Amino acid sequence: MINAVGRDIPEEILEITGKEPFQGNFYKDDKSIVMRGPTIRPVMNNEKSKLVADIREALVKCDAHDGMTVSFHHHFRDGDLIVNMVMKEIHDMGLKDITICATSLGKAHDPLVPMIEDGTITGIESSGVRGKIGEAISKGKLKGLAVMRSHGGRVRALATGEAHVDIAFIGAPTADDYGNLRGIGGKADCGVLSYAIVDGNHADHCVAITDCLVPYPNFPAHISQTKVDYVCVVDEIGIPSKIATGAAKPTTDQRKLLMAQYCTDVVVNTPWFKDGFSYQTGVGGASIASTQYLAEIMRERNIHMGFGVGGLTKAMCQLLDDGMARVMLDVQDFDLDAVRNLKNVNHHRIPAGVYANPLNKGAVVNKLDYVVLASLEVDVHFNCNVVVGSDGMITGAQGGHPDTAQGAKCAIVICPLLQGRIPAICTDVTTVTTPGESIDVVVTDYGVAVNPARQDILQALKEADCVPLKTIEELRDIAYSIVGEPEKVEFEDRVVGIIEARDGTIIDVVRQSKEIPEPVVYKKKASKRKSNG
Amino acid sequence: MTNPNKYRLRRTMMFLNCQKPGLIKDPYIYKPDSIMLDLEDAVAEREKDAARFSLYHALQEIDYRGVERVVRINGLDTDLWREDVRCAVAGGCDSIRIPKTETADDVRTVEYAIEEAEREFSRPAGSVLIMAALESARGVINAMSICDSSERLFGIALSGGDYSRDLQISISGTGVEFMGARQHMIIAARAAKIQCFDTVWTNLDDMEGFRKEVEVIHSMGFDGKSIINPRQIPVVHEIYTPKEKDIIFAEKVIREIDDKKAKGIGVFTVDGKMIDIAFYDGAKRTIALAKASGIYKGDL
Amino acid sequence: MEIKKTAVAGTLESSDCMVTIEPSAKGLELDLESAVIRQYGKRIAEVAMETLGRLGVENARVSIVDKGALDCTIKARVECAVMRSAEYEGRIGWGGVIK
Repeated sequence: MINAVGRDIPEEILEITGKEPFQGNFYKDDKSIVMRGPTIRPVMNNEKSKLVADIREALVKCDAHDGMTVSFHHHFRDGDLIVNMVMKEIHDMGLKDITICATSLGKAHDPLVPMIEDGTITGIESSGVRGKIGEAISKGKLKGLAVMRSHGGRVRALATGEAHVDIAFIGAPTADDYGNLRGIGGKADCGVLSYAIVDGNHADHCVAITDCLVPYPNFPAHISQTKVDYVCVVDEIGIPSKIATGAAKPTTDQRKLLMAQYCTDVVVNTPWFKDGFSYQTGVGGASIASTQYLAEIMRERNIHMGFGVGGLTKAMCQLLDDGMARVMLDVQDFDLDAVRNLKNVNHHRIPAGVYANPLNKGAVVNKLDYVVLASLEVDVHFNCNVVVGSDGMITGAQGGHPDTAQGAKCAIVICPLLQGRIPAICTDVTTVTTPGESIDVVVTDYGVAVNPARQDILQALKEADCVPLKTIEELRDIAYSIVGEPEKVEFEDRVVGIIEARDGTIIDVVRQSKEIPEPVVYKKKASKRKSNG
Repeated sequence: MTNPNKYRLRRTMMFLNCQKPGLIKDPYIYKPDSIMLDLEDAVAEREKDAARFSLYHALQEIDYRGVERVVRINGLDTDLWREDVRCAVAGGCDSIRIPKTETADDVRTVEYAIEEAEREFSRPAGSVLIMAALESARGVINAMSICDSSERLFGIALSGGDYSRDLQISISGTGVEFMGARQHMIIAARAAKIQCFDTVWTNLDDMEGFRKEVEVIHSMGFDGKSIINPRQIPVVHEIYTPKEKDIIFAEKVIREIDDKKAKGIGVFTVDGKMIDIAFYDGAKRTIALAKASGIYKGDL
Repeated sequence: MEIKKTAVAGTLESSDCMVTIEPSAKGLELDLESAVIRQYGKRIAEVAMETLGRLGVENARVSIVDKGALDCTIKARVECAVMRSAEYEGRIGWGGVIK
């Protein structure tokens, strides 16, 4: 069935998953929807200890079984040790058919690939997958379907019961023996536990894993004792240097600075840039540079940010410290400066659901004026792809992309026109992960395109005459004129993954990539005529 | 007939190593007025051949979107420069930059090779312009005769690195060591009615120093500056953007002179003051700069 | 042109490609490795083969490791490698065999 972004979702996939094809961003707005709670085992006996000796004991006590779903959060990013630690134990127990429901999976989890190959892991639900797992899924090694959902979409899936977690494993930088968990302090300081809060609320069992046990009560708790069944102390839950890195050095890449300048010009010349505006941006060089350019103009014009939200960086927190922003709402910290900045009384942690769940009574993203995003590909319909590489391999994550893009009044995507030889602006993205109706402005090094649905933005930018305006088709044509039109990448028929829209409908599927030998050999016989050089 | 490109706007001329595909594929996005595709110092000795092939195809296949394509050939003391000229002319370059120019004969030697190449590759005679880089005390002192050497020569450029070595001094960052050369060259260039360009500023971390230097050479009358990084472009262009009052004055001058000439009147006044015909070219240049800077909204 | 010795041109930097040419007696054989092989593999091979054809190379083993080079770079690297392996040092046929 062809969905609202023109993608063919095979009937059998709709059947197996029981999901509907994507019908547009506001399909479920104002609809009646039932939420589901977990099945829990209450702790009434005041002599019961929640401490377990090791992960094995926790697994046994939580009735670990074949076919169960376990969940993880990604606040430790590339420094995460929890996923591999728990999965090794599950593997050693000989359990099979496990589904991993993670907030994200990355290069740190490459060791899971053999467990995918041997059938220990047969399902993966995540906001995306980087590294070798992505490759394994694309090559068809995962028995079940991979399900990709945004940060907001994951909260929605757990809250409605579309996804069900048997055991959540929550890495906690600090914990007490009764399961009060905090994201701050300890050795693996990640600042917040925002993505894991929904797991506390909706998983049947909840196991906290910490390397820093603190006296009771570990308050104020980010995840409460009322949600946690067991606490397991291990030597190390993360590699600090890979969790919150030092603040990224300001980029000197002129291409990124050029795009940052265009991006800032778009922001300051559109109607929402006034005192009290709200803003979210990413961690890339262009995003950070753009925030810095923006800060200069905010100072010049005495305009203050009402709130900033998102995965936070030093550049954003600096605005708070300088009094240029009133509030920061935090779901993740990308650098140590952002972690430390949590001391600022106006820097607040928010759960992922508050941030981005589309099916609650209004998430923070709905209050965003601007979001600045990146993308692997954008097509002439403004559809974005942030998950599947142009070569057909799963290589990225939705994160909050679809959530913030839909929520914000002005969603800006920064993306160099060409990634090496690959045109980032193309006729059709490999896979749609954020629908074009959510994307308002595309900033490239070759010019800026505005979604024709947003004549208000186009008009404002035309009047300001601040950036080189192009149509999205013009950008694509420039790209193709430089690198040539790419051949269509071939796929096998088998669907290996689905991309859920925020509301749980299917926006696209990912098919198995075709194996090709490398190097490819081309031959041409010598002509009969004797060559004399 | 003078090549119409001879007097084009050249505020920024960005150096690019021909041997680096990543650098030469799309420098136009940074909007320099000219790029200088280098076959000389930036290219390692054993990659000289490779750089030429890259240059030829880049010139042939990359649409530089109106940015002037200047090719710096190897020095006349090498056995490389003649093939460099053939390659650049065949590829379709706009101009050739002669390094280490010391005499008017140097320019004429290259001019002869260009003429030959224009015939060989069927390009219109005179289509390839020349600029001369002065990199030695002798070159600088000969500026006047070099400026007068060829109709193709659109300008001269100071090359500070080699020049300072020849002068047996090091570059201070204050510009004091270049004062004589700069003043001498700009006077010679203006006397010959050609353009004059300043040397590169190599310390990319000192953008303040760069800005000050551009302000100085701008007020001295230089037409532009050689640059080594796109980051430097907006600074130069900003400084070369005419002030609003200058644009208004230039508009009045042009309208007054056009109008009176059409009526056969030879006396011109703007804002009640007498001006003469010599103001005309300057006013045209101001409007051209204003247009290039994207700030001119008038209809001249 | 006759391929007399093994020669290399180009680098493994982004937007470049490295071309290696070796003598062979068995016609032309081209090995291509590229991160964009699925989208541009055929095009790269076509450009390389055409370039070799223009240069009159009929017997050689050619390997290209591509890092996202544009057609103009692929041509330039192939030509340079051929000239080096043929030990050619005369005037270059710009606009003729080099096109």
